[in-house]
Amino acid sequence: MAETNTVTIRGVSKAFGRGDAAVRVLHDVSVDIARQEFFTLLGPSGCGKTTLLRLVAGFEIADSGSIRIEGQDVTHAPPFRRPVNTVFQNYALFPHLTVEQNVAFSLEEQRLPRDQIRQRVGEALEMVRMQTYARRRPSDLSGGQQQRVALARALAPRPKLLLLDEPLSALDLKLRKEMQIELKQLQAEAGITFLFVTHDQEEALALSDRVAVMQGGRILQMGPPREIYEAPTHRFVADFIGDINLLDGEATGGGVRVAGGQTLPVQVSRPGPVTLAIRPERARLVAAGTGVMDATLVHSAYLGTATLHKLQLASGGDFLIRQSDPVQAAPEKGSRVGIALPTDALQVLQE
Amino acid sequence: MTQSDTLRRIVLMLPALVAILLLVGAPLGLMGWVSLLEKGTTAGVDWGSAPSIGNYQRLVWEEDFDGTLILNTNYLVIFLRSVLQAAVTTLLCLMLGLPVALWMASLSPTGRAVMLLLVTIPFWTNLLVRNYAWLIILREGGWLGMAVDALWPFGPVQLLYNDVAVAIGLTYSFLPFMVLPVYSVFEKFDWRLVEAAHDLGATRARALRRVILPVAMPGILAGSLLVFIPCLGAFVTPALLGGGKTLMLGNVIQMQFGPSRNWPFGAAISVVLLAVMLLAMTALALWRNRRSA
Repeated sequence: MAETNTVTIRGVSKAFGRGDAAVRVLHDVSVDIARQEFFTLLGPSGCGKTTLLRLVAGFEIADSGSIRIEGQDVTHAPPFRRPVNTVFQNYALFPHLTVEQNVAFSLEEQRLPRDQIRQRVGEALEMVRMQTYARRRPSDLSGGQQQRVALARALAPRPKLLLLDEPLSALDLKLRKEMQIELKQLQAEAGITFLFVTHDQEEALALSDRVAVMQGGRILQMGPPREIYEAPTHRFVADFIGDINLLDGEATGGGVRVAGGQTLPVQVSRPGPVTLAIRPERARLVAAGTGVMDATLVHSAYLGTATLHKLQLASGGDFLIRQSDPVQAAPEKGSRVGIALPTDALQVLQE
Repeated sequence: MTQSDTLRRIVLMLPALVAILLLVGAPLGLMGWVSLLEKGTTAGVDWGSAPSIGNYQRLVWEEDFDGTLILNTNYLVIFLRSVLQAAVTTLLCLMLGLPVALWMASLSPTGRAVMLLLVTIPFWTNLLVRNYAWLIILREGGWLGMAVDALWPFGPVQLLYNDVAVAIGLTYSFLPFMVLPVYSVFEKFDWRLVEAAHDLGATRARALRRVILPVAMPGILAGSLLVFIPCLGAFVTPALLGGGKTLMLGNVIQMQFGPSRNWPFGAAISVVLLAVMLLAMTALALWRNRRSA
């Protein structure tokens, strides 16, 4: 049977250190990455995302579990025997080699004929629009240019899978946005599976086919960006990605009773305390008394494309509403307002 | 730039200039001048003699009884042997020092500090004492000699008073000069470059050859110079461990200033040695510039 996944990770665990000092950084992680998928590991620093990438690259060996690439078991294979290439966080370009020598490195290791190497180096540099810099040294290049060379170097051997370890984090915002678009185009052109690691949630949502949100060495939620954003299953996921309002409530037979408010018709499997989440742009500002609950308007900030209202609930907590209707004038500061919560936008979270 | 600025600069540079002129320029100039004079009857130099290049001539040609010049290869042979001895020592230091430096760089900060201390500890002891220590180790009946004899089936081995003993002694003395500069490169070395090399298909040996060694080259060159140059002029180790049988340039120079009391000739040999080193260093610098261009 033909393998449809580029990467199959099964029950992988990893700890650093020995004995009592050992720190487990990955707990029984399993991931499947489909062919030509742009798959992103997202999480704060120390969540294990980079360790998982390094296990796939072969720089670390898993304590248990297995990793297969294109059906081939590589769990214990050294990095130079894996059909995988990496774009490193700080590029790790060879300082003593020119741009073209850097790109040719892997092809020379494969002992390809000279004219073929020259052709493939030219192609790779053309793909990232760096042909004119072929004879330069990495130290003569800007961060964005070094980034491009690192990409060309990793793509030159035509890997089955490209690993990208926070490749854009060293670039300034404008350049980062440009490179994001280029990365996405490049992936479509080259038809290569991408495993991307980042702590930037916006970047993850913009680029990925699927995102896995990691925390404490576990994958909390895995799915398309829209699902991760719209339907977070964990409090951590909801909080980590974008702004979110969290409401504590009590699940009853008829729905969830929000502290200091009404009972909302949300289906919950079992009664008890729950947390409801709603994005600021899904909640609406209405006249006092007509919404689910009332609150005091603390502050309104005009953002150009929207207005962000900060409210204070009766319980003392904050509540954010992002209103993208520019015509509607904001109520006065300190006035009583109502909050409307569309039922389909409410998410019930696990801790 | 105003005039007062220029003046300020000159005044500020003055101490450094004076120090360089007094401590480097003057002795070198004096040595050059002495090399052109003749040796005195009682003292080392006849300060009143007319300057000539006779001392330099003596290095290669000998005056026959009838005044014709004939080729004298004695000093050339010593010179070549010194270069060879220094080259062998440099190579040995490189072969021993490179793995040590590489290993040191892989240690924890505490481990590195301890190793740095261990590498520099021999400096605290006098060079002469350290050479005598080798004399005891290498002599007949010394523990190394007995160990080698026990393993070597073809009769007793003479370890002392030959070129091998000199090479061992010199390598021991100058090893830290190789380890320290190479270590300083490896300490700053970005080990992700090795990961990148593995990632691009290079085995450990290939990564060493294609990435680690080229990036460490400045340290390797610096260490090689620091070993090669003092080796060329070494005289204590060849005198003690070589038993005076195999002279090196340093011994010849020392003899001219010591027993032979021929300072001008000693100065001439020193000037030639200096010139050769300068040439070698210039060539090396040019080669490096061309490579990094």
